[in-house]
Amino acid sequence: MSATAKPCLEIRSLSAVLANGQRVLRSVSLAVQPGEVRALVGESGAGKTMIGKAVLGVLPKSVRIVEGEMIIEGEDLGRLDAKARRTLIGARTALIPQDPLTALNPSRRIGPQMTDRLVRILGWSGDRADSRIRQLLDEVQIRDPERVLKSYPHELSGGMRQRVLIAAAFAAEPRLIVADEPTTALDVTVQKQILRLIAELQRDHGTAILFVTHDLGVVAKISQKVSVLYAGKVVEEAATVDLFASPQHPYTRALMLATPRYTDPYASLKPVDETVLAGLAAEIAAADQAWRPSHG
Amino acid sequence: MDKARTSSRRTSPRLWLAGGWLLLALLAAILAPLVAPQDPLAQDLMLERLPPFWLDGAEPGYWLGTDSLGRDLLSRLIFGGRIAFIVAFAAAASACLIGSALGLIAGYFGGWADRIISRVVDIWLAFPPVLFAILLVAVLGTGLSSVIIAIAVIDWTRFCRVIRAEAMSQARMDYVESARIAGYGRMGIMLREVLPNVLPSVVALLSLEMGIAVIVEAILSFVNLSISTDDPTWGGMIAEGRLSIHQAWWVLVFPLTTLILTVLCFSQFGEGLKARFDPVLR
Amino acid sequence: MAEPLFSVRGLQVALPDMTRKPLIGRAPLAEILKGLDFDLPKGSVTGIVGESGSGKSTLGRALVRLIEPSAGAISFEGHDIGHLSEAELRPLRRDLQMIFQDPMSSLNPRHTIFNIIAAPLRQNGLSDGLKERVGEALQRVGLPQNFAGRYRHELSGGQRQRVGIARALALSPKFVLADEIVSGLDVSTQAQILTLLEKLAVEMGLTVAFISHDLSVIRRLCRQVIVMREGRIVELSATDALFDNPKETYTRDLLAAIPLPEIDADWLRPKAPA
Repeated sequence: MSATAKPCLEIRSLSAVLANGQRVLRSVSLAVQPGEVRALVGESGAGKTMIGKAVLGVLPKSVRIVEGEMIIEGEDLGRLDAKARRTLIGARTALIPQDPLTALNPSRRIGPQMTDRLVRILGWSGDRADSRIRQLLDEVQIRDPERVLKSYPHELSGGMRQRVLIAAAFAAEPRLIVADEPTTALDVTVQKQILRLIAELQRDHGTAILFVTHDLGVVAKISQKVSVLYAGKVVEEAATVDLFASPQHPYTRALMLATPRYTDPYASLKPVDETVLAGLAAEIAAADQAWRPSHG
Repeated sequence: MDKARTSSRRTSPRLWLAGGWLLLALLAAILAPLVAPQDPLAQDLMLERLPPFWLDGAEPGYWLGTDSLGRDLLSRLIFGGRIAFIVAFAAAASACLIGSALGLIAGYFGGWADRIISRVVDIWLAFPPVLFAILLVAVLGTGLSSVIIAIAVIDWTRFCRVIRAEAMSQARMDYVESARIAGYGRMGIMLREVLPNVLPSVVALLSLEMGIAVIVEAILSFVNLSISTDDPTWGGMIAEGRLSIHQAWWVLVFPLTTLILTVLCFSQFGEGLKARFDPVLR
Repeated sequence: MAEPLFSVRGLQVALPDMTRKPLIGRAPLAEILKGLDFDLPKGSVTGIVGESGSGKSTLGRALVRLIEPSAGAISFEGHDIGHLSEAELRPLRRDLQMIFQDPMSSLNPRHTIFNIIAAPLRQNGLSDGLKERVGEALQRVGLPQNFAGRYRHELSGGQRQRVGIARALALSPKFVLADEIVSGLDVSTQAQILTLLEKLAVEMGLTVAFISHDLSVIRRLCRQVIVMREGRIVELSATDALFDNPKETYTRDLLAAIPLPEIDADWLRPKAPA
């Protein structure tokens, strides 16, 4: 990747608050280069899912962005009107959701649900959408596409549903995919297959992925870059290889020691040290002290 | 993760507005002999169809005007409120007790108890309620207690259905299993773990049912099947008002408004109470 | 070796399959556990591992007799408890305790923490000195005393799970079933809860069945591991033997599927054809 290439997604100093004024994103900056997987890792409340939602423009009403820019392939989302923004997000991005069951409409067959997006949003013809979907189902190694396309969501296994959603996400050749904990609900053996699929399709299609996860193990396997989040703040960002070789932030180190490793049981599963948490609290407080929303 | 914070514990204005009106109406009904400006039964043909106080021709002391027999509307509304509230409390409480108990048993115990209770509810729901009520009162004879019995007998199913569904979802909670692990018997679990969690719904339904009882009583009065025709009731007043709508709209409009407002306040009060209980759950 | 606390022979469990229930009549039975044999040695922690549908939770619920086996014997201290009635089980309950997966759903939102922890004590005739006993239980799991007056929604996930542990251990039981007790928690909290359970199991001499879908969390905690798949035991080994030298292909696949937090460029490559 050349350094001059335009990033696929760039987030600059993004801050968001709840209705009661509490900050949930704290000047988050990150970039995803074309064709790269960036992991967003953090524990619950870290705001990792919220960043994904902000990019896709689907933040809940209770969350308000007060500062910052989100730029998709050079286009500043903040400068577009609502309709142009939706069109841009619809054409260039896609989502692989956490829970494949609630992401699919239970009362409609898989086939029409998959082609809908291509036909309605991108204006493809029905035939073109149909053949594209079949091609993608083949890529995600679904052997009997006829049966799957005719099925209702509850008739498929969890892994199968996730394959369908991955196929749907890649179908429109988005430049950026937000993968929101896509394997958290799955068994480990299925998780491995799904991660492998995502990695393969990502490489073949050259898609950039913003990969939201709580699992450092998954981060190590799937991503090239990583941002570690705590309480809506990026506490460390690095190339994945470097992060695992020499984590810089105390929280990252603590997180790594807390993550279970059956190969080394006595050097893992270590509770996070109180001083690390105190340090984080101080860091957050200092950041909030210095922060003034630009228009507030 | 944000839900807990956004559903803060605001006191809702609807709870206070609805509660305020109900309290006012209730006090007026209890203290009717003291607060009613006139005798609600006193007829005076000299004073027939007096308009309310802000229109020409109104008489002082007859704030809301009079009906075609010259009886004071405000006083009749206040006395009619007594019947309305007695029916509301007695009928709703009976329906609530029967329905909630059966619903709790059906939902928590399941099995045969559930099958039998649910079938009975299904059969009950197949009857058109108003016809059912009229039929019952016709059989039991008119009178206050018949009206109360009729409403309770018809409307217990409303409690039963809702409480059954809630008890069923409660029965699946881990704290129910946990109570078994702690050594509680089924009855103990039902009362200790399940009941407190369905109580907010019971309260909300109870309030809603009071409103419905007021309506049903009004309907029965309207078709002259409630209590003796001499005693003022809101339904009876509406029936009479209907006859003189072209000469004196107020004879119809005031009891109708009072009825609608009271029923609305009952349902809003119930919802408000439930919402006030609920933030604990998240 | 001493007599095991639990000795399970030919355990079968069949439960009604609601997805195949006909419009009229009973749901057909689905075999969940298809004949299990194993022992739980006194004072040790046994891991029970499997993916969804393996029957591990059903097995746990049969051990604490929340469900009744359809065949086979569950002997607890030498007595078959498999077919005791609810009333006959009651005196045994204080020795058969359970910590639940989801502390949100296992704590009643309308009871204070005090009442939640006091419930098993009251029900088992230990009502005197309730305050001290509850206080002790809170202290044991590292929660401050003033938590007694709080409600579930005022606690964090890790604190809730501590309450779940305090409740299960309040009676000083002989056996505790821990059903996926860390799967809903953040890694940092996960480590705390596991360390706590490890410490208490040793201190109180507990026999624990630790159910998990995740092999990676159980190595340090467990003396032996039962790997389950589709209602059967695939492998039962001492923990180190299982991790260092798994006998069964399925166990090896499970281990290989765990994404360790370390760089491994080959991990996602498709398996080379054998």
